Amino acid sequence: MDVLNALVALSNFVLVPALAYGSQLALGALGVTLIYGILRFSNFAHGDTMAFGTMVTILVTWAMQAAGIGLGPLPTALLAMPFGILGCMALVLVTDHAVYRFYRVQKAKPVILVIVSIGVMFILNGLVRFVIGPDDQRFADGERFIISARTFKEMTGLEEGLAIRTTQGITVVTAVIVVALLFWFLNRTRTGKSMRAYSDNEDLALLSGINPDRVVMVTWLIVAALATVAGVLYGLDKSFKPFTYFQLLLPVFASAIVGGLGNPLGAIAGGFIIAFSEVTITYAWKKVLGYVMPEGLEPEGLVQLLSTDYKFAVSFVILLIVLLFRPTGLFRGKSV
Amino acid sequence: MKKLLMATAVAALSAGAASADDHAVKLGIILGFTGPIESLTPHMAGGAELAMTEVTDSGALLGGKAVEPVRADSTCTDAGAASAAAERLITSEGVKGIMGADCSGVTGAILSNVAVPNGMVMISPSATSPALTTADDNGLFFRTAPSDARQGEVLATVLMERGIESVAVTYTNNDYGKGLADSFAAAFEAAGGSVTTTAAHEDGKADYSAEVGALASAGGDALVVAGYVDQGGPGVIRAALDTGAFDLFVLPDGMIGAALEETFGSDIDGSVGTVPGTESEGADTMLEMATAAGIDGTSPYVGESYDAAALLMLAMQAAGSAEPGDYSAKILEVANAPGEQIFPGELGRALEILAGGGDIDYVGATDVELIGPGESAGSYREIVIDGGKITTAGYR
Repeated sequence: MDVLNALVALSNFVLVPALAYGSQLALGALGVTLIYGILRFSNFAHGDTMAFGTMVTILVTWAMQAAGIGLGPLPTALLAMPFGILGCMALVLVTDHAVYRFYRVQKAKPVILVIVSIGVMFILNGLVRFVIGPDDQRFADGERFIISARTFKEMTGLEEGLAIRTTQGITVVTAVIVVALLFWFLNRTRTGKSMRAYSDNEDLALLSGINPDRVVMVTWLIVAALATVAGVLYGLDKSFKPFTYFQLLLPVFASAIVGGLGNPLGAIAGGFIIAFSEVTITYAWKKVLGYVMPEGLEPEGLVQLLSTDYKFAVSFVILLIVLLFRPTGLFRGKSV
Repeated sequence: MKKLLMATAVAALSAGAASADDHAVKLGIILGFTGPIESLTPHMAGGAELAMTEVTDSGALLGGKAVEPVRADSTCTDAGAASAAAERLITSEGVKGIMGADCSGVTGAILSNVAVPNGMVMISPSATSPALTTADDNGLFFRTAPSDARQGEVLATVLMERGIESVAVTYTNNDYGKGLADSFAAAFEAAGGSVTTTAAHEDGKADYSAEVGALASAGGDALVVAGYVDQGGPGVIRAALDTGAFDLFVLPDGMIGAALEETFGSDIDGSVGTVPGTESEGADTMLEMATAAGIDGTSPYVGESYDAAALLMLAMQAAGSAEPGDYSAKILEVANAPGEQIFPGELGRALEILAGGGDIDYVGATDVELIGPGESAGSYREIVIDGGKITTAGYR
């Protein structure tokens, strides 16, 4: 019974939240890694692209809620997400035409594109705040829990409760579907293959008749979709605030780099590695150990490696370690 | 009617100004007229000026002297600007006492940089930091607002009486949160309770599940959330409810607000809290007087401001002198028992009693009772969340 209690407490406070957070990071990191692999620069505007897509989704969600359209137990935002994706696609195509294409035609160095993307980041930052404001926005509706802590306790008779929020379930399911679609697209379709070819060797791809403009456009469209899905899932699960999306840039980049920039599989693994380390290292293990350890050996203190204030520091440290010992990332991406 | 009153007040003030110098006593009002609490300060200044007008009109202060208010801006945050403003009040305006300052940080700065070197008396209506209790003030600093240390004690008593004996504490990471959490923990442990852990939370984050995970691991009957209702506080409560970590919360003044009812409804039924408040009859009188004068009497710290200004003038009368060095020792005397009880609107009567050699016990708008080194004992309203509403359980 004690082992079960320990397991439930661990799932409630570590495994379930980390799984949902990891899925959100993985989707974000996939977008960063695709840009890096195909357009060959680190897109610092990614966090704010996520915020923009989410903002459009929120606005459509509010309109739907006002019109009485809903999905019953599921959040209305799922229904509004396609509109958010379309809005975000329009945005990235406009920025690409207005900004990035100029530098691409000039064959500017990646570092210049990075700085350009920082400029785009600031503009998007302002745009999102201008439209929806800098405050917290809540847009989750529908059933809040798949199973709440209290029901779980009553069902199982255990001392510890396990809560799984609807948004956590939706996050994991959506992430699996999106990733499956993406890999099918990259590995099975003609366009996907041409993207990979372009990524592996640009000159060779051009020689074999691949249209570079089309590859770039499709990449941006996919990135916009990924960013919006990641942003909406994060906002549903936690809350939407422009500044937190800007802050997400660090763990998202850490995930992409740890997994290996330019390698989609690496981005997913990286997302989960970062999420699980952030949560497990800052978790206080007293409760779990209290159940598992033999009588009399229960810990007195909290058994917390780092205070939760250092959450972001954890992603930094992992990033540094990986860059020092394996600069190409765990899954052999491109060297940074 | 309102306009007529305003006109009389203005006329009285300008009459006082015209016959300044020997016939008038100048009092400084130093509040953050610009800055983070600029929406509150005009009402606070209005409260203080109400008391001054009342005293001027009575013609009983020190043989018929008028009182002239001089406003200055403390900015609430900029210690340098606040000190310069206070310096100007004393050296170029020649004020005989200062009603202010408002925020704890600038109040401490003015006290040590300006008031103590110049031997000037200060009465703050709203600085609540526990650090001001032990500030080196040469007996010149008083406040009509209670220290947060007092709230910690009240909260601890409330919990012990309700049989909650073990709690986890989380506080917003600033002077207010830290001071309150420390004073609560000390008082609670002294009363025999146990604090399982104390952890800070940063405001403005999207997700507090990690913080709540650590708090839950430490355990406890209830979670004390010393935060802000418009900031991270509700996020912490939401995460604690979602994970089933806590369902009973203890909410100090920063967490009490209408937003709490809207966000959680009956999810947090049974949770308790404290917020400054009093049921004295003075509060009602004050509200009527303020409304008649065109001031929003429900705005925070208006009564405290009235009381601060009143105490300055009553102490002058008791000492028979407007010099700070003479009357500073009299402030505790007029504020506390024994003596005739004085409510708002009775300042004229109080002045006459004092002139006749009698003793008064100033009650004022906020039930003034100065303790320790001259700060309000503080009365708090104990609240309970019942059926999704904030209800009053009593006063202490």
